[in-house]
Amino acid sequence: MSVPTSMRQPLSLRLSSAAFLGFWCLLAAFPIFWIAVMSFKDPVDAFAANPLAVIFGPETVATGRGLSVLDILVGIAVLWGTIHLAMNRLPELVTRLTPPELLPFGWIVGALAYGIGFLIVFFGILPPVLGGLNGILGPFGAPIIGLTSEHYQAVWVENAFYENFINSLIVTAGVVTVSLTVGTLAGFGLARSGSGLAFWILIIALVFRALPHSVLVAGYLPPFINSAEILRPILGEAAPTLYGKPLAVIAVLVSINQPFTIWMLRSFFQNIPNELDEAARVDGCTHFQAFRWVIMPVMWPGVITTGLFSFLLAYNDYLVCSLLLDAQNQTMVPAIAGYFNRETTTTDQVEAVAAAVSITAPLFLLVMIFQRQIVSGLTAGAVKG
Amino acid sequence: MKFKTFAAFVGPSIFLMLLFIAAPLVSVFLQSFYVTQPVFETVEVETCTPGFPTQTCVTELKTQPILGEDGKVVTEVRYVGLESYRNVLEPDRAWAALSALDFNTLLTIDFWKALRFTLTFTLVTLPLVVGVGLAIAVAVNNASRLIRGPIIFVSLLPFIITPVIGALSIRWLFIGDGIMTAFLEWWLSRDIAMFAQGWTIELLMMFYRVWHVAPFAFVVFYAGLQTVNQDTLESAIIDGASRWERLRYVVIPHLMPLIVFISLIHLMDSYRVFEEIVGFSSQAHRISLQWLTYDFLTPDDSGNRSISRASASAMLTMIGIVILLVPLLRKTWRDHKGGRV
Repeated sequence: MSVPTSMRQPLSLRLSSAAFLGFWCLLAAFPIFWIAVMSFKDPVDAFAANPLAVIFGPETVATGRGLSVLDILVGIAVLWGTIHLAMNRLPELVTRLTPPELLPFGWIVGALAYGIGFLIVFFGILPPVLGGLNGILGPFGAPIIGLTSEHYQAVWVENAFYENFINSLIVTAGVVTVSLTVGTLAGFGLARSGSGLAFWILIIALVFRALPHSVLVAGYLPPFINSAEILRPILGEAAPTLYGKPLAVIAVLVSINQPFTIWMLRSFFQNIPNELDEAARVDGCTHFQAFRWVIMPVMWPGVITTGLFSFLLAYNDYLVCSLLLDAQNQTMVPAIAGYFNRETTTTDQVEAVAAAVSITAPLFLLVMIFQRQIVSGLTAGAVKG
Repeated sequence: MKFKTFAAFVGPSIFLMLLFIAAPLVSVFLQSFYVTQPVFETVEVETCTPGFPTQTCVTELKTQPILGEDGKVVTEVRYVGLESYRNVLEPDRAWAALSALDFNTLLTIDFWKALRFTLTFTLVTLPLVVGVGLAIAVAVNNASRLIRGPIIFVSLLPFIITPVIGALSIRWLFIGDGIMTAFLEWWLSRDIAMFAQGWTIELLMMFYRVWHVAPFAFVVFYAGLQTVNQDTLESAIIDGASRWERLRYVVIPHLMPLIVFISLIHLMDSYRVFEEIVGFSSQAHRISLQWLTYDFLTPDDSGNRSISRASASAMLTMIGIVILLVPLLRKTWRDHKGGRV
């Protein structure tokens, strides 16, 4: 594409614009990159005042924990090989082994199997093999960059962070599934109905979206704590105490998320031409049949995008989970508060950093895979106004 | 679509919203006028200690909660009218401080302190978010196509990160003699403790919020920039408009609806500021309205939650939300009317 001379920019402008972008990218990525680096270091290194000490970790190296030249070379080679295989062989294998109608599931299974295989090779097989080789090689086997995974071990194994992880998984999976099921139906209904009622529902949903969550939780707490007594006349002895139950939190988060979900899905369904389901209705389908057989096959891009945002809401939630769940079945984000509130020693602090990085890692992967969907989701609401 | 079909589609969603959003709102409103307290009784207790030649006995009046048949403390629900609101607002002290123009005293009351911080926070971050977002969008639009993808990827990271974790990650850069504090100390050649006084924490919290939300503004503005009419831009050039004038008179008016959209969303979200307080552990210096409610809801040392005060502060927070929403609702209403005609 040729740019007209008049639109061309002077060098100074281009340079300053590039410098600004570079600065922004540094600003955006640095804190996240930095906590990732800190989490692998000895506490003395992690909170050192000199940035080079944090990166190379002299204290960590001094205690003999670190990566040697060999480790780094082999590690990079394995990483490169993994990415290469994922780009070239994996798509081919997936398409060959799965029947075409199950392709999405084939992809999920393939990606999971590949990821687990990578984890086993990279963290299971490589360290002992390289440890043996390092002993033989002498100077090439001596550690040069400090690196220790002991904080992750402390967090995940000793402090049983996996329990919080499982709770997070339950809550997030529940919220995404339920809120998409309920939300797609409502979004479709709202998109196809031009009635005044639909408009008022959307307006009220907009008001609900703006409510601070603490206001709602103030309403949930007393009935949830006393729910066993309140529900006893209806359910008998089986009446549950809703406080502390992940299921109750799922219901709450789904509802809090509903206004946003139906607004977003409605705008996606409005982009699907009306003629599509009308044609099906002319052929004798009911609204539900039209939805099932005509709309469902084409709605996935919008649903995936909305699902991503439901996932983020549930995964990132602090307020609702910390107030409605008790300490035994806490999700990851509120659980981390326990770490940095008791951070008495620097080791505790680095363990909190490791826990924080563990929480961030899945989100990082999410952006990598779904960047396009996230961007389209962000703009979908805005462009409609 | 017939009403019945419509109801079947929308029903589950409406049911959830009514049960978990509308009903709690009503119950919070009602709760704010009642308090639930244990019932106390005053009993005369005689305690005796061994002594010589006779026991020393003391009779005293003791106040103790009544225990029910199941061994639990009996509670009663009492209508108190506006007392919970009075407890939160402390109007007498606030009025005394206001009439003496003594703002420091006013800000010792939790609610006014929280209100002051929430409003400052919202109003300061708003122009920054719009400005930074717009600047990044213009710069990215200027960059070559090859690097736009990676830049968008990196920019999304602060937006997608769990808010508490994002706040923590910035806090860890500054904590103690962390690298950023060390850098600032070297640069300004003076001793700095970022977490010792309120205003530095407040600055960090605002920085975090801009860092967290600017990517959202950027993505939206960037999408808007793609639809700027190139012909208008070219005719502006022919008319001799400079770059700045083109940005000011062509691009920004084109983006105006998006700027309004971002501002409204940001107003709503930053009025609910909460995670920063947790991430930066700033309770001792700075609190926000939503955190105030949260704090009332968290069990205190004896395990009691002050539900009624929480409800009162929640209702007071709602007033602000309603004020924020009015312009948005009016706009939507006008659009709706316009769409009909």
